[in-house]
Amino acid sequence: MNIVVLVKQVPDSGSERKLDPSDNTVARATADNVINEMDEYAIEEALTVKEAQGGEVTVLTVGPDTATDAIRKALSMGADKAVHVSDPAIHGSCAVQTSAVIAAALSQLEYDLVLCGAESTDGQVSVMPALLSERLGIPQLSGARKLTIEGSMAKIERQTDGGYWEVEAPLPAIVSTWDTINEPRYPSFKGIMAAKKKPVETKTLADLGIDASTVGLATATSKVVDFAGRPPKGEGVKVADEGDGADKLVGYLAAQKIV
Amino acid sequence: MAEVLVLAELNPADGGPRKSTLEALTAARVLGEPAAVVIGAPGTAAGIKDVLAEYGAAKIYVAESDDVDAYLVAPKAEVLAQLVAEKAPAAVVIPSSPEGKEIAGRLAIKTGSGFLTDVTEIAADGTATQVAFAGATIVHSQVTVGTPIYTLRGNSVTPEPAPAAGTEETVQVAVSEAAKRTRVLDRVVEQKSNRPELTEAAIVVSGGRGVASAENFSVIEGLADSLGGAVGASRAAVDSGFYPHSFQVGQTGKTVSPQLYIAVGISGAIQHRAGMQTSKTIVAVNKDPEAPIFELADFGVVGDLFTVVPAATEQISARK
Repeated sequence: MNIVVLVKQVPDSGSERKLDPSDNTVARATADNVINEMDEYAIEEALTVKEAQGGEVTVLTVGPDTATDAIRKALSMGADKAVHVSDPAIHGSCAVQTSAVIAAALSQLEYDLVLCGAESTDGQVSVMPALLSERLGIPQLSGARKLTIEGSMAKIERQTDGGYWEVEAPLPAIVSTWDTINEPRYPSFKGIMAAKKKPVETKTLADLGIDASTVGLATATSKVVDFAGRPPKGEGVKVADEGDGADKLVGYLAAQKIV
Repeated sequence: MAEVLVLAELNPADGGPRKSTLEALTAARVLGEPAAVVIGAPGTAAGIKDVLAEYGAAKIYVAESDDVDAYLVAPKAEVLAQLVAEKAPAAVVIPSSPEGKEIAGRLAIKTGSGFLTDVTEIAADGTATQVAFAGATIVHSQVTVGTPIYTLRGNSVTPEPAPAAGTEETVQVAVSEAAKRTRVLDRVVEQKSNRPELTEAAIVVSGGRGVASAENFSVIEGLADSLGGAVGASRAAVDSGFYPHSFQVGQTGKTVSPQLYIAVGISGAIQHRAGMQTSKTIVAVNKDPEAPIFELADFGVVGDLFTVVPAATEQISARK
C-alpha cells in the first residue's frame, strides 16, 4: 500500500496572520509558519494504514523553501520520504492552479491512497480532494472521521451535520480527514533524528512539465481586490454579578428585543 | 437579463429547501435573474417549487435521477456543468456547505472558471466579500476567469421573498461512469433534536471548559431551549468529552454567524473566535474578568455561570 500524504505549511492560526499589501497574498515570509494542524491527522492515518498493510508513506508539499519545516515534522512522525514542489512562479496561485501542480506531482508518484487534512487553517477552502478527484479521475472520499481499507476498496464515515454518511470507493482514492479520526503521535527523539536522513526530493514546475505562465498570481482564476482589518467593535458593556447578573443579562436581551 | 444559477440545498429531514437556499436566491438577484437548480432523487422538486418561486426563482431546472443521489458530489457537478454550457449564466451561486464547496470546486475545473468560497456578500459587479483569518480580515475578491462561481456562507444574507414565475424545465440527467465512483451507502443521523441546526440558527448558546462536565451542559441546553436556539461547544469542551464534536464552534469546527451568540464559560481563544466572531450580537458569561471573550462581547457578565445562567433561563421562560 503506497500512500501519499499532502501537507501544507500555514501561518500558525494561534498567531497574528496577515495579507501582504504589496500583492494581497498571504504574508508567509513574515509569519510564524507551522504544519497545517489538520494534516497531522492525515499523516497519523497514513502511518496507521502502513503499519497494518505495509508499504511506503510519501509526503508531498507545494510551497516555498521554508516549507521544509512541515516536511521534517511529517518525516519525524514516521513518513518515509518527501517530495517538495518549490518554484517562485507558484506564488499567488489560486486553488484551481494549485490543484494542477499537485495533480502533476502525484502523477509522477505511485500511490494506492492519497490522504490530506480536511481543510487548511489559512485559506479554509477545503476542496482539494474534489479538485484532485476531478483532475486525476480518482474518487474522492472527503471529510472522513473514520477510514477502513478492505482489499481494493476504501470506506469512510463522512462527517455531516448531526451524523455521518457511509461512503465507499475503489482504490486508488483520495481521502481527507477531520481531527476526529485519530490522535496524532508525537515525534520521538529517534524519529526526529531519523528524519534528518530521510530523502526529500525537490521539484520545480519544469520537472512537472508545467508551463510557469499557467500558475501564479498573474493568471489566477480569482484575485483579492482589497482587504482591511475588521472594524473594531464598539465598546461592550461588562457588568459584575452581584446577585443580579441574570436580571442584567435578561434586561440586556429585552432591550435588544430578543426576549 | 442574464440568468444566475442557484443550486438548491435541501433539508434531508423534510425534503424542503434549507434556509441557505433562500439566502442564495436572495444574494443572487443582484447579478441577474435567479434560476433555481434542483438536483436529487425523483420526486425531489415537487414539494418545493412554490417556495423557490416565492424567493425569486424565475426558472426552476429539475434534474432528478437516482444516480445523483447515490454518488457523492461528482454527479451534481456534472449536472451544473451541463447547465452552464447550455444556459451561459452570468454566475452560479451555491450554499456553502462542505458538499456545496466541493461541487463548486469541481464545477470550476469542468467549466474553466474561478470560484470563491464562503462569501458573505456579492456586489452587482461580481465582487464578493469574504472574511479571512478567524474573522480578523475582510477581503474583497473577484473571479477573473470563466463563469464566476460563489459559495455563500450561511446566515450572511437575510432571505427576502420576491415572487417570480418559477417556470419548470426538466433537465435530462446522464451521469458519467467516472462520476459513479464514490457510492453513498448510508446516511446516518446520530443526534435527533428539536433544536435548530447550529449553522442556521438565529440564536446560539455555547458552553466551554467552564461548564466543567457533560452533565452540566444541561445548563447550556436549558438557556438555548428558552431562547429557541441551538447549542454549541468550544474545542476545550469537546476535547474534554463534555459535548459531541459535531457541535464544536471554532477554527476546526463550525463557523456560525447568528443574530445572538451567547458564550458561557468560554475564555475566547483564537480557536473559538474563528468560528463565531462575525455574530451580530455577542454576550458572554465568565467568572474571569480578564477572559479575552469580553473583548468581543457586546454585553458581558462577570460571574458564576451556574448561578447566572439558570436564573436567566427561568426569567426568560417566565416571559413567554
